[in-house]
Amino acid sequence: MQIPSAILTLVLGMALVLGGLWVGQTINLLPIDASVNAPIYDELFKVLFTIGIILFVGITGLLIFSLIRFRRRSGQIGDGVAIEGNLPLEIFWTAVPAIVVLFVGLYSYDIYDRMGGMVPLAHDHMGGMHEERIWGGISSGSVGSEMVADVLPIEVTAMQFAFLFHYPDGDITAGELHVPADRPITLRMESKDVIHAFWVPEFRLKQDIIPGQPTQLSFTATRPGRYPIVCAELCGPYHGGMRSTVVVDEADEWQTWFSSNAKPTPLTDTTVANT
Amino acid sequence: MTVTLPPNSTAPAPKLQPTGWLRYLSFSVDHKVIGLQYLVCGFVFYLIGGALAGAIRTELASPVADFMARDVYNQVLTLHGTVMIFLWIVPVVNGAFGNYLIPFYVGARDMAFPRLNAVAFWLIPPAGLMLVASYFITGAAQSGWTAYPPLSITTPATGQIIWIVSVLLLGGSSIFGGINFIATILKLRRPGLKLMQMPMYCWAMLGTSILVVASTPVLAGTLVLLSFDIVAHTGFFNPSLGGNVVVYQHLFWFYSHPAVYIMVLPAFGLVSEILPIHARKPLFGYVTMVYSIMAIVVLGLIVWAHHMFTSGTPPWMRLFFTIATAFIAVPTGIKFFNWLATLWGGKISLNSAVLFSCGFIVNFVLGGITGVALAQVPFDIHVHDTYFVVAHFHYIVFGGSVFVIFASIYHWYPKFTGRMLNEDLGRFHCALTFIGFNFCFGPQHWLGLNGMPRRVAEYDPQFTLINQISSVGALLMAISTLPFLWNVIHSAFYGKVAGDNPWNALTPEWLTSSPPPVENWVGEAPLVKEPYAYGVPIDEIDLSATSGRDLWSSGK
Amino acid sequence: MTSTLPVQPDSTDSSEIESTETHGHAVEEHGDFRMFGLATFLVADAMTFAGFFAAYLTFKAVNPLPSGAIYELELPLPILNTVLLLVSSATFHKAGQAIRNSDHARCRRWLLITASLGIAFLISQMVEYFTLPFGLTDNLYASTFFAVTGFHGLHVTLGAVMTLIVWWQARETGGRVTAQNHFPLEAAELYWHFVDGIWVVLFVILYLL
Ligand code: HEA
Ligand code: HEA
Ligand code: CUA
Ligand SMILES: [Cu+2]
Repeated sequence: MQIPSAILTLVLGMALVLGGLWVGQTINLLPIDASVNAPIYDELFKVLFTIGIILFVGITGLLIFSLIRFRRRSGQIGDGVAIEGNLPLEIFWTAVPAIVVLFVGLYSYDIYDRMGGMVPLAHDHMGGMHEERIWGGISSGSVGSEMVADVLPIEVTAMQFAFLFHYPDGDITAGELHVPADRPITLRMESKDVIHAFWVPEFRLKQDIIPGQPTQLSFTATRPGRYPIVCAELCGPYHGGMRSTVVVDEADEWQTWFSSNAKPTPLTDTTVANT
Repeated sequence: MTVTLPPNSTAPAPKLQPTGWLRYLSFSVDHKVIGLQYLVCGFVFYLIGGALAGAIRTELASPVADFMARDVYNQVLTLHGTVMIFLWIVPVVNGAFGNYLIPFYVGARDMAFPRLNAVAFWLIPPAGLMLVASYFITGAAQSGWTAYPPLSITTPATGQIIWIVSVLLLGGSSIFGGINFIATILKLRRPGLKLMQMPMYCWAMLGTSILVVASTPVLAGTLVLLSFDIVAHTGFFNPSLGGNVVVYQHLFWFYSHPAVYIMVLPAFGLVSEILPIHARKPLFGYVTMVYSIMAIVVLGLIVWAHHMFTSGTPPWMRLFFTIATAFIAVPTGIKFFNWLATLWGGKISLNSAVLFSCGFIVNFVLGGITGVALAQVPFDIHVHDTYFVVAHFHYIVFGGSVFVIFASIYHWYPKFTGRMLNEDLGRFHCALTFIGFNFCFGPQHWLGLNGMPRRVAEYDPQFTLINQISSVGALLMAISTLPFLWNVIHSAFYGKVAGDNPWNALTPEWLTSSPPPVENWVGEAPLVKEPYAYGVPIDEIDLSATSGRDLWSSGK
Repeated sequence: MTSTLPVQPDSTDSSEIESTETHGHAVEEHGDFRMFGLATFLVADAMTFAGFFAAYLTFKAVNPLPSGAIYELELPLPILNTVLLLVSSATFHKAGQAIRNSDHARCRRWLLITASLGIAFLISQMVEYFTLPFGLTDNLYASTFFAVTGFHGLHVTLGAVMTLIVWWQARETGGRVTAQNHFPLEAAELYWHFVDGIWVVLFVILYLL
C-alpha cells in the first residue's frame, strides 16, 4: 500500500521542525555567558540557530532527494515534465521567508532593545558641545533605571597596541579591566591612533573604538572570572596581540582591589560604598 | 558584415588581427576571445590568490606568528582579499562568461562596443601585475581589502597607493564592462527577441551591470579622496586633521556591499542556464526570477551599513539596515526554490556541472542563512570582525561563486574548445573540493562564535586544533585544483570531440559550431523565443504511468 | 578613475566611428546606441559626484568646523561661473543645430564660443582658487571644496578640449563631423550639458546651502 505523499510530507516536515528545535536547544556553540545581556543574546542565537538548521536541512534534504529520485538512469532518454510555474506554490515560498524574516527582525529588535541598544546615549542630549558628543554604542538600558545612579564609569583609551583603563573615581589607571559583578559599568572609549574594537566574547559585546569619535558601551558582568578582551578591528601588525583581560570580581573583592589602588581621594569611598 | 564573408573580414581593417592562439595574447575585439582572456587571466590570479590563502592557512596552523612576520601577514591577507575579489570573481563571473555568452543570448555578433570591451580587459593584467608586484618591490598594502583609514593612511604609503591605483583601474574596467553589457542587452537584441524571452543570464547581467554602474564610481571617488589623504595630507578621513573615518566606511560599503551581488548575481544567472538543460525541464518561474533579480538589485543598494553595526552608527540606522538586509532573503529564496522546482520531476544527469551547481545551492543556502543572522544587529555585535564572518563570506564567494565558475567551465568547455572534459575527473574534483571546502570553512563558524577575531596572525592557543582542521581543508582544496588543471589542459588536446550541441540544449550558443565561428553564426542568428522549452508537455504525459509525486509541483 | 574615465566619450567618438564602418550592418539594424552608451557612462560619472556630495554634506552635518578655521565662500565669482556655463550650454546647442543644416561655418563659430566660455570658466575658477582665504589642507570643508570643484574643473577642461576637437573635425573639407555624421558633436554636447548640470547642483550644495 502506498502512503499518500501529503501525509509523508507532513510527517517529514514535523520531524524536521522537531529535530531543528532539538538541535537548536541542545547544541551550544557559544562560550560561557558572563554578562547580563549574554543570556539574552543566547536566546536569540538559539532561535536563529533553530531556524537556520530547519531551513538548511530542509533545503539540502529536498535537493538530495530530487537528485536521487529524479536522476537520469542509464539508458534513459527523454525529458522531464514541462512545468514552468505554479502560482500557489510561488506565493507560498515568497510568503514563508518573508514571514520568517519579519519575525526574526522584530524579535532581534526586541533583543537589542533589552540589551540596551536602543537607549539614547548618555551624552546624546548635550547637543552643541561637540567634544562631548558620543557617537554610538550600547547604553545602560539593560539595567533597571533605579540602578543607573550606581553606574561605574570607566574611560578606555585604545592605542597601537594596548588598552588603557582609567577609573575617574579613584584616578586609577590600569592595563587590565577590573569590574565588580552585578554592577552596571559604562565604558567611554576613545582611540589615540587608528580604529580598534573592544570585544569580550563572554559578554557578547563589541564596540569599535574610533579616533575622533568617542563611543560608549554599557554592560553588567554577572559571573566572576577572568575573560579575554580582544581587539577586533585590524589596527596594524600587532593587531593579533592586542589583548587584555577583564577581571570580574565579587563586589567586596573588587572593593579591596579598588581601595588598594585608588589615589587617596577620600570622596570616592562614598560613591562606591553602597554597592 | 554580410554573413557570407569569410570570418576574418570582420577584423578592423587597419590592424591585422593575429589568428590562432596568438589571438588570445592580442588586442582582439572578438567577444569570445575576450571572454576566454578574462577566464584564463582570472584563473591565473585565482592560483595566486589561492597560494596566498595557502600562506594564510599555513601561518594559522600554529597559534604563534612563526611562518611570516606580522606585517607580511597583513600584506598577504590584503592581497588575498583584493586578488580574489577584483581579479578573480568579478572579472570571471562578469567579464568571462558575460562576454562569451551575452552576444549569443541576444543574437548579436559581438558586444555593443567591441573596442571598449578589449580596453576593459586589457586594464586588468597590468593592474593585477602591479598589485602583486608591489609585494616584492615595496611591500604591499597592509590594511585589509577594506583599507579603512586611519590605518590605511598610517601604513607605508607606497604599497597603499599602488593598491588604490590598481583598484581604480580594475573598477574602471568593471564600469566599462558594465556599460557594454547594458548597451548590448538593451540595444543589440536581435530583432524579434523580446526582453522577457532572453535567457536568465542576460537578466542577471543586466542587474549586475546596473549595480556596477551605480556603485563602482562611488568607490573610485572615495579612493581618490583616500589617496589625497595619503599623498597631499588632506584630512578627509584623518581624524587628527578633523576628518571623519566613518564617512569612508559608508562610501566604501556603498560600493562593496553591491559588489557582493556583483559577484553572485551572474553566478545565479549561470546556474539558471545550467540546471534546466541537465534536468531536461523548463526553468521554473521565469517571471519571478526576473523580478527577484531586480529586487536584489534595488535592495542591494540600500543595505550597506550592515557592515558597520559596531562603527558607532545611530540606532535607527542599525534598525533600518537590519530589516532591509534581512529582506534580501526573500527574493534570493525565490530563486533557490525555483531551482529546486526546476530539478523536481526532471531527468537529471548527475554530471560535474550539475554536481557543482548543487554544491553551490547547499553552500550558498548555508552562507545566506548565516548572512541573515549577521544582519541582526544584536547577533552581529558579537561576531562582527570574527571568523564567523570569514566563514559566512567564504561559504558564499567560494562555496557559491567559485563553485558556479567550475560548474560553468564543465558546462561550456565543449563550446569553448569543441572537446569534452573528463567526467570522472570532474566528479572527483567536485567531491574533493566540496569536502575540503567544508572542512576549511565550516569550523570557522565555531571559531568566530568563541572568540577568534579575523585578520590576526597569532591567536589564543585554545583554538589551535580547529584552526589545524581548517588548514587541512585548505590543503584538500589546493589539491583538488590539480585534477581540474590536468583535465582542462589534457582535454583541450585529447578530449572526446564534443560536437556542436553535446547537451542537446536550446539556448543560442549551442546552435552554432563548437568552437563558434568569429561572427558566431554562419548565416543569420537564430531567434530563440523559448530558451527553456525542454520537457514533455503535461497533457501528453500518461497520468497512470507516473507517480503522484511527479506531479506534485504541477498542481494537478 | 578620474584619469581614465573622462577619456571615454572622446574615445567613443573616434573609435566607434570605425566600428560603424565595419559593423555598419549592425548599426543599421539596431539604430545608433552609442549615445545610449555615453548616457550610461554619464550615470556612472554622476554617481562619482553623488559620492562626493554625500561626503561633503555628511561632513557638514556631523563634523563641526574647529574654532579658528576659515571656510568662507564669496558668491559673485561663482554666480558669474554659473552664467558662463549655462550660456555655453545654449551656444553648444546652437552649434548642433547649425551642423544639422550643414552650416559648417556657423557651427564652428558657436563651438569656438562654447570653448571660450568654458575656458573663461576655468580662468575664473582659478581666480577664485587663488583669492580664497583657505588652502587645500586647511580644514575638512576646504579640502572637500577643492576636491569637488577640482574634479568638476577637470570635467570642464576635458569638455573644452573635446569641443575644440569637434571644432577641428567640423571644418568644411576633410572634417569628420558633418550633417550625416554628427555623433561626435552630439556626444560632446551631451557631455557638456551634463557637466553644466553637475555645476548647478554643485553650486547649490557648495555655495548656497
Ligand atoms: C558574493 C558575496 C556575498 C553575498 C551574496 C552575501 C550575501 C549576504 N550577506 Fe554577506 N558578506 C560578504 C559577501 C557576500 N554576502 C563578504 C565578502 C563579507 C565580509 C566583508 C568584509 O568585512 O571583509 C560579508 C559580510 C556580511 C555582513 C557583515 C558582517 C560583519 O562584518 O559583521 C552581513 C551582515 O548583515 C552580511 C549579510 C548578508 C546577507 C543577509 C546576505 C544575503 O544576500 C543572503 C541571502 C540568501 C539566503 C538567505 C539563502 C537563500 C534563501 C532561502 C533559502 C530562503 C529562506 C531563508 C530565510 C528565511 C532566512 N554579509
Ligand atoms: C572572493 C573570493 C575568495 C576566495 C575564492 C577565497 C578563497 C580562500 N580563502 Fe579567502 N578571503 C577573501 C576572499 C576569498 N577567499 C576575502 C575578501 C578575505 C578578507 C580579506 C581581508 O580581511 O581583508 C579573505 C580572507 C581569508 C581568511 C581570513 C584571514 C584573516 O582574517 O586573518 C582566510 C583564512 O583562512 C582565508 C582562506 C581562504 C582559503 C583557504 C581559500 C581557498 O578556497 C583557496 C583555494 C584555492 C587554492 C588553494 C588555489 C590552489 C592552487 C595552488 C595552491 C597552487 C599555487 C601555485 C601557483 C601560484 C603556481 N581567506
Ligand atoms: Cu587594536 Cu586591533
Ligand atoms: Cu554586505
